[in-house]
Amino acid sequence: MELTALTIDAARSAIEERKTTSMALVESFYERIQKEDGEIGAFLTLTKERAIEQADRIDRMAAEGRPLPPLGGVPAAIKDVMCTRGVRTTAGSKILGNFVPPYDCTAVARLEAAGAVVLGKLNCDEFAMGSSNENSAFRPVRNPRDKTRVPGGSSGGSAAAVAADMAVAALGSDTGGSIRQPAAFCGVVGVLPTYGRVSRYGLIAFASSLDHIGPLTKTVKDAALVLRTIAGRDPMDATSAEVPVPDYVAELEKPVGGLKVGVAKEYFGEGLEPEIRKAVEDGIQVLAKLGCEMVEVSLPHSEYAIPTYYIVATAEASSNLARFDGVRYGYRAKGVRTLSDMYRRSRDEGFGAEAKRRIMLGTYALSAGYYDAYYLKAQKVRTLLTRDFDEAFKKVDAIVTPTTPTAAFKLGEKVDDPLAMYLADIYTVTADLAGIPGISIPCGRTRENLPIGMQILGRHFDEATILRLAHAFETHGS
Amino acid sequence: MKVSDKEVRYVADLANLELTEEESARMLRDLNSILDYVDSLSRLNTDNVEPMAQVSERYGVDQSKQGSDRFAYASREDILYGLRKSLPHEEALANAPEPDENFFQVPKVIER
Repeated sequence: MELTALTIDAARSAIEERKTTSMALVESFYERIQKEDGEIGAFLTLTKERAIEQADRIDRMAAEGRPLPPLGGVPAAIKDVMCTRGVRTTAGSKILGNFVPPYDCTAVARLEAAGAVVLGKLNCDEFAMGSSNENSAFRPVRNPRDKTRVPGGSSGGSAAAVAADMAVAALGSDTGGSIRQPAAFCGVVGVLPTYGRVSRYGLIAFASSLDHIGPLTKTVKDAALVLRTIAGRDPMDATSAEVPVPDYVAELEKPVGGLKVGVAKEYFGEGLEPEIRKAVEDGIQVLAKLGCEMVEVSLPHSEYAIPTYYIVATAEASSNLARFDGVRYGYRAKGVRTLSDMYRRSRDEGFGAEAKRRIMLGTYALSAGYYDAYYLKAQKVRTLLTRDFDEAFKKVDAIVTPTTPTAAFKLGEKVDDPLAMYLADIYTVTADLAGIPGISIPCGRTRENLPIGMQILGRHFDEATILRLAHAFETHGS
Repeated sequence: MKVSDKEVRYVADLANLELTEEESARMLRDLNSILDYVDSLSRLNTDNVEPMAQVSERYGVDQSKQGSDRFAYASREDILYGLRKSLPHEEALANAPEPDENFFQVPKVIER
């Protein structure tokens, strides 16, 4: 039994049935991280004490013959934008390089309460701003499938850790595609839950109307297990919705025959690599063979999604990142004379190039004289984009698209061209803007053997249907 | 060019960023390239479209209610210590770059 290759159920059962122990699992994963991660760079901090303490608790339950909780003994890792009590949390930024939160993010706390063992904190683009993980202040992450390439971003460490068997599951965050795009690049499953489905309490804010927490896993069932654990109303986050959480795992086995699945031509246009198009079209055929009714739908405002996103997201970011002033926590520049000097120099030395670019763009879009032309305009177009989905979901139960227009690109390829980098999110930003759920699942490889991702989008609060379709595709697809 | 060098400096000032010469030059180039791209939004007529600040306005709320009543689920009784206790003094100061025993210290605010 290769311990680091196990899925959630397999790992949990192996411990429950005393074929192995949670401690043995933790040790195997740390050995694997020791061996592989020097090159990949997925982990920023290891939480060995915390992992051992939790593993010991799970092993005592197993020894007493008690049933284990749903994630009992399952080694998981957390994107470093989620606060962990007593464990350094950096958001991939120098400005939070020494920040040790006094509390736990709700999603992390729920994961641990369900028995998961947190191995460590994962690398990401600074403040989750990026599509390649090259904006990390610490080091870039390499794609485990091809180490000359990026893992995607911003949850690049999360996708790489799962792809390289350095964690069974990981938590990531998605503001414009940051879970689904790296999942596609690394060949794993990534879920963007509906806005409001998962509490963001303890998530370091980037763009509050767009930020989501979600799972990255090896299988759709594992994603359903993690999502079931972290979803649901949290009084600590006023934006978390009071909507009952279905048993996503039980829902997986329902048949998909008769479901109406939309295909939007706007997602198959210019810029889509032929190999990706082919793989996704083959995926669509698989769903058709499983009895889904494929329906053409139109999402006419899709071409405006990236410009809308980069105004809304940067405006919110410029406001959220104003809190980093060097006073109460975070980096403070040395040798400053005045308060204003301290703010400016701390922020200039603490933030990286992309964070500054977005703060500047957002500040500009919100500034007097430009607010109506940029921010208000983008908010209105956001309404149009959302209405596109409302209309489409009157006709279909889900929509299938490519996750990304290309497979993983080379490190350094797009670092000097922010616009080219932003276009890597062209098929993913729409769901964040509309607040609908989405999943990326592996659907084949390019000639260069790079993973390809297929995205399935669903109605608000209907993760169950897209997980069910993804599960059917995964089971019968390849 | 949508943005001038002077505007870059003005916006940096608003954002409390102190950009180096090199950073300003790059920012000028990048902002103009991004804003040119964003300009496509102006092609759309949005005269009769409501702006959307957040998703929760449209979903997960009681549609039959008006105003803040729609978000009734998100409010709670006012309780004395909130949902969690305030942080102990020491913990609240633990991440501060320059605390003394009681306060966050900052450089002089007013020059004399």
